[in-house]
Amino acid sequence: MSLSTLLIVVLAGAILAYMLGRTQSYQIAKPVGGVRNLAALPNYYASLMGLWALLPALLLIALWSIFDGAIIDSLVRATLPDEAKQLSDEDFGLVMSQVNNAAIGIGGGALDEAYQPAIEKLKSLNNTSVQAMPVLAIIVLVIGGLLGFRAVRAENNARYAVERIFNGTLIVCSTIAIFTTFGIVFSVLFESIQFFRKVPIDEFLFGTHWSPQIAIRADQAGASGSFGVIPLIVGTLLISFIALLIAVPVGLMSAVYLSEYASNRVRGIVKPALEILAGVPTVVYGFFAALTVAPAIRNVGDGVRDWGAENGYEFLASLNVSSESALAAGIVMGVMIIPFVSSISDDVINAVPQSLRDGSYGLGATQSETITKVIFPAALPGIVGGILLAASRAIGETMIVVMAAGLAANLTVNPLEAVTTVTVQIVTLLVGDQEFDSAKTLAAFALGLFLFIITLALNVIALRVVKKYQEQYD
Amino acid sequence: MTNSVSISEKRTARLAKRHRAESRFKWFGRLSIGFGLACVLFLFTDIISKGIGAFTQTYINIEVTFDEDKLGINQSSSEKEIKAASFGSFFKKSLREQNPDVTGRRDKRALYALFTSDAPLILRDMVLADPTILGTTQTVSMIADDDFDTYYKHSYGRDLEEGEIIGRLSDFQISMVEKYVEAGVVEKRFNTILFSNADSREPELAGIRGAVMGSILTLFVTLILSFPIAVATAIYLEEFAPKNKITDFIEVNINNLAAVPSVIFGLLGLAVFINFFGMPRSVPLVGGFVLTLMTLPTIIISSRAAIKAVPPSIRDAALGMGASKVQTVVHHVLPLAMPGMLTGTIIGMAQALGETAPLLMIGMVAFIVDAPATVTDAATVLPVQIFLWSDSPERAFVEKTSAAIMVLLAFLIFMNSLAVWLRKRLERRW
Repeated sequence: MSLSTLLIVVLAGAILAYMLGRTQSYQIAKPVGGVRNLAALPNYYASLMGLWALLPALLLIALWSIFDGAIIDSLVRATLPDEAKQLSDEDFGLVMSQVNNAAIGIGGGALDEAYQPAIEKLKSLNNTSVQAMPVLAIIVLVIGGLLGFRAVRAENNARYAVERIFNGTLIVCSTIAIFTTFGIVFSVLFESIQFFRKVPIDEFLFGTHWSPQIAIRADQAGASGSFGVIPLIVGTLLISFIALLIAVPVGLMSAVYLSEYASNRVRGIVKPALEILAGVPTVVYGFFAALTVAPAIRNVGDGVRDWGAENGYEFLASLNVSSESALAAGIVMGVMIIPFVSSISDDVINAVPQSLRDGSYGLGATQSETITKVIFPAALPGIVGGILLAASRAIGETMIVVMAAGLAANLTVNPLEAVTTVTVQIVTLLVGDQEFDSAKTLAAFALGLFLFIITLALNVIALRVVKKYQEQYD
Repeated sequence: MTNSVSISEKRTARLAKRHRAESRFKWFGRLSIGFGLACVLFLFTDIISKGIGAFTQTYINIEVTFDEDKLGINQSSSEKEIKAASFGSFFKKSLREQNPDVTGRRDKRALYALFTSDAPLILRDMVLADPTILGTTQTVSMIADDDFDTYYKHSYGRDLEEGEIIGRLSDFQISMVEKYVEAGVVEKRFNTILFSNADSREPELAGIRGAVMGSILTLFVTLILSFPIAVATAIYLEEFAPKNKITDFIEVNINNLAAVPSVIFGLLGLAVFINFFGMPRSVPLVGGFVLTLMTLPTIIISSRAAIKAVPPSIRDAALGMGASKVQTVVHHVLPLAMPGMLTGTIIGMAQALGETAPLLMIGMVAFIVDAPATVTDAATVLPVQIFLWSDSPERAFVEKTSAAIMVLLAFLIFMNSLAVWLRKRLERRW
C-alpha cells in the first residue's frame, strides 16, 4: 500500500470514528434526557473520537517513515562480511549503496557472494517494513478509536479535551519557526565546522584566491583548490553597491514624489505599477539581465572604445566590457529593489507628522526645502534602516547573479569586468552531482553560514537603527 | 534708498533661485517615477517581443505514401510489428524520392535536418492510430526543425543586412526552405506543442507541460502545509500566547526568517530533508517542504494583521454569551479574518511560484522528459525550466524561454489580481 493510499485510509477511518462518536453521543443523550444534559455538545464528542483515532496513527506513520531507513541500515550493517566493516567511511558508503542497488535489482553482480546475506536481509527487511506499516497504522487507528469511544460519556466534558488538543496543535505549529531557524543554523554550522577542519578558517576569511576545484582522486595532478572568500565578498559588495546606487535615489525620490506631490489619482495608478517590479520573479530579471542588458552594455562599451580610437582618446582604447559585467547584474538588481526601497521610504515619510510640515511652510519654506530640511532628517533613521534592509536583500539575491554575473572569482572593483558573488558560488558548488564530504560541497555551506550571518546582522542593525534613532513626535 | 532696492532685488533673485530649485526637485521625482515605469514597460515589451514567436510553430505539409513494402508491415500487422518497423529510413527515403535533385550525403543529411528528429515517431503513431492508412498517400503536417522554424519566422523574406544572424541554416538548406515555401506547403500554426509536451533537447519539441505540472504539485504541497501551519501560528501568537520570553523568541524568529535569503532555505532543504532524512532528490514533495518554510513568515505576518484587524468587541460579545476562548476564535474571529489570511496566502503562493534558487539546491534542475504525476516523481518547476532553457545555446530556446516567462507572469498576474480582488471584495472595514 503506498503512503498516499494509507493516508487516505487513515483519514477515512478518522471520519468514520467522528461519525460513530456523533451517533454514540446521541445514544448516551437519550437516557439522561436529551443533548442538553450532556457535559459537551455532540460535535465535541465526535471530534474527540476522531482525533483519538487520527493522531496516534499519523504519529506512527510519520515516525516510521523517518526512521525506518536508519534502522534497516543498521540491521543490514550487522550482516555484512567482516572485511567490509574494516573499510574506511567513504568505501563503506559505496558498499552500502551497492548493496542497496542489488536489493532493488539494479547493477547486480558488482558484489561477491559474501554480500549475499546482507542483500537478502535488506530485501526482507524492506518487504517487512512496507507491509507492516499499514497494518500497524490501522491497528493503532482502531485502538485509538476505541479509546476515544470510551470517552463518550455523558458526564465527561469532551470540549475540554478537544480544546486542549487544539491549543497543543497551535503551540506545535508556532514552534516550527523556531525549528526552522535552528535547522538553518545547525545544518549550516555543522557542515561548516567540517569544512573548517579541512580548510583553516583564517585561510577562508582572508584568502584572496578562490578556485574550488578539488582533485577527484588523491593522485590527480594540479587542482588542489583554494578557498579564499575575499574575491567573493568584493564581488558581492560591488554588485550590491551598483544596485543600491540605482535603487536608493530612484526609490526614495519616487516615494517622496508620490507621497508629497502626486495627486491621489496619480498615486493610485503609479504605485501599483511600480509594485509590479517587486512581483516579477528573480529568474525573469536574470534572463533580462543576461540576454538584454548585458549585451547592450557591452555594445555601448565597444562603441565608446571605437569612438575613442577614432578620435584619439587613448585611454578609451583599452576599454573592455565583459559580457558578464558586474554592471549589468547590478543595474537589473537595482531595478528589482526599487519598489522595496520606495515602499519602506513611503512608510517612514508618511510617519512624519503633518505638524512638522505645516510649521516649515509657515516659516516660508518651499515644499522641496521642507522635504530636504525637515522631513528627511526626521525620517532619516527609517530611511537608513530601509537602505540596510535593501542591502541585505541585494547581498542575498541569487538568480540574477547566477544568470548574469560570472563564475570566475576576479578580485577587482571595475564594474565592467566579470565578478562572482557568494550566492553564485553556493549555487554552482551544489548544483549537479556532489559528494557530501568533499571540501567543495562543504565550502558552499561555509559560504551559506557567512551569508546568513551577514544578512542577519544587517537586519538586526537596521531594526536597531530605526528603534534607537527614531524621534518620538506624539 | 538705494540700499533697500538692492535688498529687494536680491530677495527676488533668491526667490527665483529657490523656485528653480523647487521645480528641479520636483523633476527629480518625476524622473525617478518615469525611470521605474520605463523599466516595467521595457521589461515587459522585451520579454513579449522575444517570446511572442514561440506561440506559433512552423509546419511543413508533405505527402507521404505509406508503402507497405518499404515499411515491411501491412494492415494485419500487430502493434509490436508496427513499432518495430523502420520508420526512420522510410521517412528519409520518402524525402529523397520527393526531392530527386538532392544528391550527395551532406545535402541529404541537411535535408533531413529540416524536419524534427521525431518525424519517424510521428509517422509511426499515425499508423498505430489508424493502420488502414497503410498503402495510401497522406498529407502529413510535419513539425519543422527549430532552425527552419527560427529562419522562417524571423529571417525569411526580409532584406537582411550584412552579417545579420539568420540562424544556423546552410545556404543549401535555405534554398530548400525557399523551395518548400514557394510550393505553399509551409504554414505557421498555434504552437500546441509548447503546452502539451514536457522538456526536450530539441527546441521544436520542448514544452512547458512538465514544468507546469511540477509547479502545480509543488505549490499544492506548499499550500496544504503552509496555510494551516501559518494560520495556527498566527492564532496562537495573537489570541492565546502568554507574553513571555518564549513567545517573544518565536516572534523574533519569524521576523528574521522573513529576511533570510531564499538560497539559505535551499541549503537547509539539502542538509536536513535530503541528507539527514534521506528523502529523494528532485521531487515536488521536498520542494514543497522547502517552499513551505520559506513562505511561512509571509503568511504568518499577514494572517496576524488580519486577526488584529478584527475588533475586540466581537470577541467580547462572544465571550459574554458564554463561548469559550477556543469557540470565540474558531466561530467568530477566524471567519472574519479569513479574507485577509487568504490574501496573504495567495501572495505567499505567488512568491513560492516564482522562487528558483532553493529548488536548484535540492536537485529540481534535472532534465526530465515526462510530466510528473505525483508528488514523489522527479520534476522541475516553471522558473527552473526558464533557468535551464536560458542556458541553452539554440536561438529557438531564447524564444521558448521568453514564452515560458510569459506563462509564468500570466499565472502571477492572475494570482495577484485574485488577491487584490479578494481584499476589495471580502475585507470588511470596522
